[in-house]
Amino acid sequence: MRRLLPWIALLALASVPLWLKDPYLLNAFVTTGIFIVAAMSLNLLLGYTGQLSLGHVAFFGIGAYTSALVSLGFDVELVGGFRVIHDPWPVWLGFVMAILVSGLCGYLVGKLSFRVRGAYFVIVTISFAEVVRLVALNWVELTQGPLALTSIPPMALGLPGLGHFEFFSKQSNFYLVLGVVALSYVIIGRLVNSRIGRAMVALKENESLAVSVGIDVTRYLVLAAVVSAGIAGAAGSLYAHYLKIIDPDVFLFLYTVTMVIMVITGGKGTLAGPIVGGLIFGFIPVIARSFAAPEIQWILYGLFMILIVFVLPQGIVPAIEKWFGPGEEPGVGGAADATMQDAQ
Amino acid sequence: MDARSTQGQPALSIEHIAVHFGGLVAISDMNFVVNEGEVVSLIGPNGAGKTTAFNVFTGFLRPSQGEVRYRGTSLKNLKPHEVTSLGLARTFQRTSVFQSVSVFENVMIGLHRRGRSRLWDTLLALPRERESERELRARAAEILALVGIERRSRELAGSLAYGDQRLLGVALALASDPSMLLLDEPVSGMNATETARFMRLLDGLRGLGVTILLVEHDMPMVMGVSDRIVVLNYGRIIAEGPPAAIQGNPEVIRAYLGQGAKKRAGD
Repeated sequence: MRRLLPWIALLALASVPLWLKDPYLLNAFVTTGIFIVAAMSLNLLLGYTGQLSLGHVAFFGIGAYTSALVSLGFDVELVGGFRVIHDPWPVWLGFVMAILVSGLCGYLVGKLSFRVRGAYFVIVTISFAEVVRLVALNWVELTQGPLALTSIPPMALGLPGLGHFEFFSKQSNFYLVLGVVALSYVIIGRLVNSRIGRAMVALKENESLAVSVGIDVTRYLVLAAVVSAGIAGAAGSLYAHYLKIIDPDVFLFLYTVTMVIMVITGGKGTLAGPIVGGLIFGFIPVIARSFAAPEIQWILYGLFMILIVFVLPQGIVPAIEKWFGPGEEPGVGGAADATMQDAQ
Repeated sequence: MDARSTQGQPALSIEHIAVHFGGLVAISDMNFVVNEGEVVSLIGPNGAGKTTAFNVFTGFLRPSQGEVRYRGTSLKNLKPHEVTSLGLARTFQRTSVFQSVSVFENVMIGLHRRGRSRLWDTLLALPRERESERELRARAAEILALVGIERRSRELAGSLAYGDQRLLGVALALASDPSMLLLDEPVSGMNATETARFMRLLDGLRGLGVTILLVEHDMPMVMGVSDRIVVLNYGRIIAEGPPAAIQGNPEVIRAYLGQGAKKRAGD
């Protein structure tokens, strides 16, 4: 049953565009889906290695800008009269480059902060995001600064001889995002349920003990940062090609906070947590909008968040697992008695 | 665990180790050797520098002077996880398990270095991944059976009784397949039954040829299991020898009962 659950959820979500024709709601699904991908990537770092990346939106924004610039082309003059001219590339290559460049940035941040944990890691990541935001704002020649990059082409898949497909409609974007969510789920799921994931959990739980059993914790922290940043970059790329316009506001701290809320309320350190949390907090504004004034909407958002954190401090998914789970655990008391008798 | 043939040769040698924390001398000029297959205990009153010494032997702390060698390899400039790779594993005095994962998963984490799957095997779920995981699971079950907590394998490590947590700590250390174990106060807080069980486990490990260095306060246990005892006081080795010799050593008795006891007796 438990193994089937992700498939059932996937099928249910895949059916959405078949019965939901309202473009506003479909749009909400697509943008929520994009943030769910970003939240899933944050969860890999926060939920499994225990390191809070409060500058996570940097990887998202870098992905968005990389993908947009690669597919739009650019012409910039660097120091010493050296010019870089880049002709537009196919959009799917922009997507790939977004993952690579964000992953590389994840590597650098991971390496930079190889000795810092906890609060210091948080500070390094926030600073990184702020630096990147300032670059995007001020390197006008490359990014257009506050004027925004516009006319970004929609995501497109093209194989020579097999035709060309553009993700222009909301329906097609819905399936594109759903596909990326599913793929991220599989990648993160395989990682965390392996020896690599165990090393990450060991780092989160007790670093000196992890080291003492021979785990090179830095290596796994960097690996988690690279994969996490790469997936966040993919989300950013989807965002750029869906909205077709991006400005330095994609680096707003608010977006990181949104991702953190999605992960924490859904349940950090669980695969489904960011998806559940993401769906809830992606749709609260949408639902609240239908009956409440804008100020009230945000108050409702905040109240709901506080409620979840108070009632289910571990998050929604762990609470549900606990509710349905006890049947699987062996009787704790019984086993303890048996071993005590053994010892005597 | 391949030490049978090299029995009697030096495994861990401590050469002129000194540790200073600012002006405080935690350890001064420490010299001793643990031979292959031996069980050696490091004892001394609280604050004598035992745990500091342990941290130096396992690469968690750089000594201010001197050198530690394991089977001829200097531990200088090795990180703790690299020291573990040499076959030197340790347990900790207090928190020694991964609290919020199951007992079985704990040992699976401990088996990290034995895993053979690479990143691509994992991401693509290649046969090598499954094969490696199967091997690790089988080995984890063996280790849990060896220390005698296999019945608890599905419980959360944090919910185990104290004595079982200590055993799990040893299981974790054993998982890295060490040729030498450094145990930091393994039976502190255990009741008599648990201690007896632990001593049987130590005997079993010795039978497998594992060299053991023990820091412990429980004197009956130390006297019972050790081949040799090294006594520390104020960061200095004040005596070294077989249990019988240590028991009668006047300097050791003075260190343990302290000047205070003598003074109070005189008052």
